[in-house]
Amino acid sequence: MIRSMPRSLGYRIGYALFVILFYLFLFAPLIVISVLAFNDSQFVSLPWNGFTLDWFFANGPDRIGLFHDPELLRSLWISIETGLIVATLSLVVGTMGAFLFVQERFCCKEPLYFLAIAPLVIPGVILGISILLTATMVGDWIEKTTGIDLEFLRPSFWLVVLGQFSFIATFVLLVVISRLKKFDHTLEEAAMDLGANRWTVIRRITIPFLMPALIGSFVVAFLMSFGNFNTTLFLVGSDATLPIELYTQIRDGSTPVLNAVSFLLIVFTSSLALLYLLLSKKE
Amino acid sequence: MSSRHFRLGFIIFLTPVLLWLLTLIVIPHIDLLIASFQAENDQGKLVFSLENYRNFFTDSVYWYTFVRTAFYSILVTVITFLITFPLAFYITKIASKRLGGFLSMLLLLPFWVGELVSIYGWMILLRESGVINYILQGVGLIHKPLPLLYNDFSMVLGLVYMSMLFMVVPLISALESLDDSLIEAASDLGASKFTIFTRIVIPYAAPGITSGAIVVFMLVLGDYLSPDLLGGKNSLWFTEQIYNEFIASFNWNQGAAFGFLLLLLSTVIVWLGLRLSHQRLDKAVGA
Repeated sequence: MIRSMPRSLGYRIGYALFVILFYLFLFAPLIVISVLAFNDSQFVSLPWNGFTLDWFFANGPDRIGLFHDPELLRSLWISIETGLIVATLSLVVGTMGAFLFVQERFCCKEPLYFLAIAPLVIPGVILGISILLTATMVGDWIEKTTGIDLEFLRPSFWLVVLGQFSFIATFVLLVVISRLKKFDHTLEEAAMDLGANRWTVIRRITIPFLMPALIGSFVVAFLMSFGNFNTTLFLVGSDATLPIELYTQIRDGSTPVLNAVSFLLIVFTSSLALLYLLLSKKE
Repeated sequence: MSSRHFRLGFIIFLTPVLLWLLTLIVIPHIDLLIASFQAENDQGKLVFSLENYRNFFTDSVYWYTFVRTAFYSILVTVITFLITFPLAFYITKIASKRLGGFLSMLLLLPFWVGELVSIYGWMILLRESGVINYILQGVGLIHKPLPLLYNDFSMVLGLVYMSMLFMVVPLISALESLDDSLIEAASDLGASKFTIFTRIVIPYAAPGITSGAIVVFMLVLGDYLSPDLLGGKNSLWFTEQIYNEFIASFNWNQGAAFGFLLLLLSTVIVWLGLRLSHQRLDKAVGA
């Protein structure tokens, strides 16, 4: 029943069939999207009417391709911006947290650590509404007392950034902690014996050691932000991110342009994910 | 290194972490709890009230949706386990090392692409003018398109699809460390396949199973896209109630109460899972 033991023919064929069906199930939606992104038809369905790139490049009058759709392009750009900012912020704070929890001793470390990993088991919708509530309350209070309306406390680009950061930082924290735990402290001690101060040690020894984990978690943090829907839904203002824009359009009915966007997303995210895998292999 | 210097560094590291956890996690959740116990009185002022919770318990739609969501979340977790366990076993114990590595890499792809895109793919596959109906009609198996989309079947399918990765990864890492010779020894001593699975493989993988189940349950419970886009009008998922209160009815206090109930349900189940499997939260979520 395992590879070192003899297996009956029926067992082997049955199992192979199951695995093939599983991967068919896994890739069916992605394959269908990709194929129909190139179908020369107004409808997102079979039959196949021939190959076209219209859904990417057409510029009117009957067909507007993805690269001439200002709404989609704008939301794509917003998502990239959000992703980069969230990933940077999460990387900085998550790494600081990792150092704190691995290398320092202080009071209330255990409950604080528990709090830091809690966002992983809080549903994204809840994070969204609770941050929306607090931001609105604080925003109202500030407006009432000072007359200043702070935009980042209203559903907006920056509130989305804060909401996504609140749980993506946890992810970075965990990745960096697991790498930091493998760190050999005698290296640091040796450097200090040789006269390096703490900052030099961090810059020249600890950070280079952590580099694969840092780059890897930056990529993953970006992807998590880029694809986030549940938390973003409640915090988004007029700057719709790509998933929000796609969701609105999908609800209104599908067009082949949506397939074109999805196809590009499939290509883009899988190459980023591949990069991440290559990096973690090296580690 | 002077101790004053050290304290300064410590504070520089501690401050952003504290800010993050206090302003984005602790205070918002306290706020959520407070808001759920408030309602507008006759003058339109917010006062302490149990009304939001009373609504939940007296209006059967809310109740029904809550129980239904919990039930389906458990069902999806079980189905996901039943599908991914044989796969994890194949990848770790049957396939060659190279094939196993390749197969587990392929598993990640739909996850990175994102839930929304996969769901869109399923919509194209399942709807009446969709690809599956087209093929089935083309080969003559059916004459009228089957109603595959916008029902509980398509909703569960979408939820299982998006959950599989979160179940299979902990299963793979649990099974990877299972020593093959244990299985060989049991087999040499005459144990049947069934006995080997129930007495050796499953108990050994139990921590991985709990980890996967906890994460999947929580994600499914809090999911919005699959019920909304694949489940159709009658999907009745609890997150949709929260969304309706916040975005459509603009009754945030009612929405806060629903949110808190969802959080409570998710926390209780996660806690139970951890207690039953004697695990710590950080180990279970993959730290």
